[in-house]
Amino acid sequence: MSELINSIDSKFIIEALIKIVIVFVIGLLSPLSMNWIERRMLALIQNRLGPNRVGPFGLFQSIADGIKFLFKEDIVPLAANRWLYTLAPVVAVIPAFMVGIVYPFGKEINLPYLGPTTLYVTRFNVALLYVLAMTSLAIYGIVLAGWGSNSKYSLLGGLRSSAQMISYELSLTLALIGAILQAGSLDLVKIVEQQSGWGGMGWFIFFFQPLGFLIYLISAIAETNRVPFDLPEAETELVGGFHTEYSSSLKFAMLFMAEYVNMLTVSILATVVFLGGWNGPFVNVKDYPLVGLLYFFLKVGFFMFLYIWLRGTLPRFRYDQLMNFGWKVLLPLALLNIVISAVIGVFAY
Amino acid sequence: MIPETISFEQILFLGLAALAVVAAFNIILQRNPIYSALSLIVTLCVTAALFLLLSAPFIAVLQIIVYAGAIMVLFVFVIMLLNVREEESRTDRQRYLKWLAPPLFLALVGEVFLVIRYVQSTPPPIISANSPDIHPAQSLGSAESIANSLFTKYVLPFEMTSVLILMAIVGAMLLARRGSKEEIERIEQALAADQVELEEADRMDLVEK
Repeated sequence: MSELINSIDSKFIIEALIKIVIVFVIGLLSPLSMNWIERRMLALIQNRLGPNRVGPFGLFQSIADGIKFLFKEDIVPLAANRWLYTLAPVVAVIPAFMVGIVYPFGKEINLPYLGPTTLYVTRFNVALLYVLAMTSLAIYGIVLAGWGSNSKYSLLGGLRSSAQMISYELSLTLALIGAILQAGSLDLVKIVEQQSGWGGMGWFIFFFQPLGFLIYLISAIAETNRVPFDLPEAETELVGGFHTEYSSSLKFAMLFMAEYVNMLTVSILATVVFLGGWNGPFVNVKDYPLVGLLYFFLKVGFFMFLYIWLRGTLPRFRYDQLMNFGWKVLLPLALLNIVISAVIGVFAY
Repeated sequence: MIPETISFEQILFLGLAALAVVAAFNIILQRNPIYSALSLIVTLCVTAALFLLLSAPFIAVLQIIVYAGAIMVLFVFVIMLLNVREEESRTDRQRYLKWLAPPLFLALVGEVFLVIRYVQSTPPPIISANSPDIHPAQSLGSAESIANSLFTKYVLPFEMTSVLILMAIVGAMLLARRGSKEEIERIEQALAADQVELEEADRMDLVEK
């Protein structure tokens, strides 16, 4: 047994475990904080107050909601498929958190006592594809929740979401290919490093990928089932959609968490691939890694804000509009973007 | 035969392999098609993990994206859309097929043993994708090496496959569009513009019993 332990690099394992815990906590906290910000911001947009009773500015509202989720009675509908009904939230939440190991928050930071430490759990040469693989698994949670609940609304929500996610996943991936061609790598850290030129402003959104960015942004919002593409849970026609039968218990909290962590993931991916990750103007982020970290979180925060902004301003698409737009507009545009990127790649480098 | 010390990788391999076999058996043992499909997804994901153990992350990730993330989603989608319930026993229709199973099974087992013996007698030169001294384009299972062989050595089969897929797409479109003309018109009428242009009198149809 001791040989077994010796065969593993213990320092590596401990460092990785600590980082995983940190990323996991960030993943856990993001739905809590996002939920509060979203409710306050929506209220601001709609000219009302929003939650403001629990704690200063209603800051502890999300925590109160979380405690409520924990202690509420857990009801499984009699007609539901017990197995799948319980399995679905787990299936939704696990791939969502698994993406966390490749989030590249920054390059390297010099910590006291510990020396230089990388600001990501791990990097490998197909990290971008790994993110796509995990987000493509996210669909099962929704589909199983819809099927397992054995209710018409849930089933329709689940079916809609699988059709929607299959359609928009294509354009999402194809939009990324342009940037991959330009970076010449699938490693997220390397992609960010490729964008450090022009005084930290060599972001791919400015250099040949504005169209790719736009396609990515739209597909990402559809992929995470948010307004204006939130058809899987359109209240007015489908009650709660796939989570209609999940009665605010811990299971619902897990579905909810998976949705917000997926939003965080696509925001981070947009930041890394199109907005230069931790690169930014004015300072050399190699000398000031903390500024790089700030840039990174500012950009991610912008995307999270964009989600709320859109939710507060746009009406929902109709289902046939959604499908037409995905297949007849976004997909051809994404293909065109690949052709353009390839031509630029041949002539510019 | 059994080594005295087992490495961490071997423990991982044994656990994952056992899980893959159990899930694979579950595919054929389950009566409910949705459980079978889910077991297949588990099998595919575990196989992806096995690829990771072989230092082939690219193939592992492709396995998940293509099979678990795309093809199986369509399977599950169709099962749900058609609302397939538990499979009825069909032993009366395919009574003689079961006599085919044992010889086929034995042939498969024999094949596996032959392959294992062949590999043991001539170990193939496996180059890990992680070893730093090798150019990525040469290592097995990296994105570069697969792209290289796909677009040079295997370019003809690759292009043929894409033509086949294109044919399948066109065929599917043709089949889907072959509904009666009236039906298509009815659907088109239900679409956006017509709904807006409807007269008030058209909005409600009274059905006589």
